[in-house]
Amino acid sequence: MIDDVFVLGGEKFSSRLIMGTGGAPSLEVLDQALEASGTELTTVAMRRLDPTTRGSVLDVLRARGIKVLPNTAGCYTAGEAVLTARLAREALETDWVKLEVIADERTLLPDPIETFDAAERLVADGFTVLPYIGDDPALARRLEQAGCAAVMPLGAPIGSGLGIRNPHNIELIVEAAGVPVILDAGIGTASDAALAMELGCDAVLLASAVTRAQRPDLMAAAMRSAVTAGRQARLAGRIPRRRYAEASSPAVS
Amino acid sequence: MKVIVNGVETALDDEATVSVAVGTLTGQTAGVAVALNGEVVSRSAWSSTRLSSGDQVEVLTAVQGG
Repeated sequence: MIDDVFVLGGEKFSSRLIMGTGGAPSLEVLDQALEASGTELTTVAMRRLDPTTRGSVLDVLRARGIKVLPNTAGCYTAGEAVLTARLAREALETDWVKLEVIADERTLLPDPIETFDAAERLVADGFTVLPYIGDDPALARRLEQAGCAAVMPLGAPIGSGLGIRNPHNIELIVEAAGVPVILDAGIGTASDAALAMELGCDAVLLASAVTRAQRPDLMAAAMRSAVTAGRQARLAGRIPRRRYAEASSPAVS
Repeated sequence: MKVIVNGVETALDDEATVSVAVGTLTGQTAGVAVALNGEVVSRSAWSSTRLSSGDQVEVLTAVQGG
């Protein structure tokens, strides 16, 4: 296999599967899923410290040597997201942030205006900004120009498992992007992750598809294989689609 | 004096600092961040930052998410 390193924010990764940690029934189940996924980068959320909580997701990530990627999940405004990112930087000693500013609770779709505003402020403050966005090529371009280290378009709403609803837009984003494109949200099963990579995405971020599967560790292994398979297929170059058959055996003479 | 720590009214000594407010919730400092009235207080400043009555202290940590 050719050397195929994934470079994000100036750091090198051998895995192109970024995991989320939400939705796992226990830290033990999460730990097994993370191991099976082979991930090297995993998101966490920032919330009020609850003294009754036992165990920490940070301990799980640290024990596995997985880089922590704080997100700004739950923020509805740029101001909230910037404060959350700064708190995450203070707590976790990382200037990486998955920027997530949602528009409403029902769809959890990202708010493009607030996201762009927050991205500009966080880039100016020295953050490595990875913004979660709709599948909008124009916004992706603007965020790249604003200095974001990647763009992370959704395949479908968070937790929906609907797959990639608009593959054409994902292709348009990939074609134009000079920064990594990470398909984020909407993945339901392994073929969705493979498709994201076949479309040219540099990596896939998913959580619910694994953590809410009946067997999270097995689905994590499936996602790992799917991301690798999709990446290899992309690099290999698929054959053109034809309307009619083209014989693969020699003609009978 | 009374301050609001993570949304809960909490009685603290009049001399209390951010460190004292954090200490009502946890003995840990690693992986924890504090906002005082909407502004981040860096860990190195916790013990020197005095609270005032009515202050809003948010003590955050990383949880499963995303």
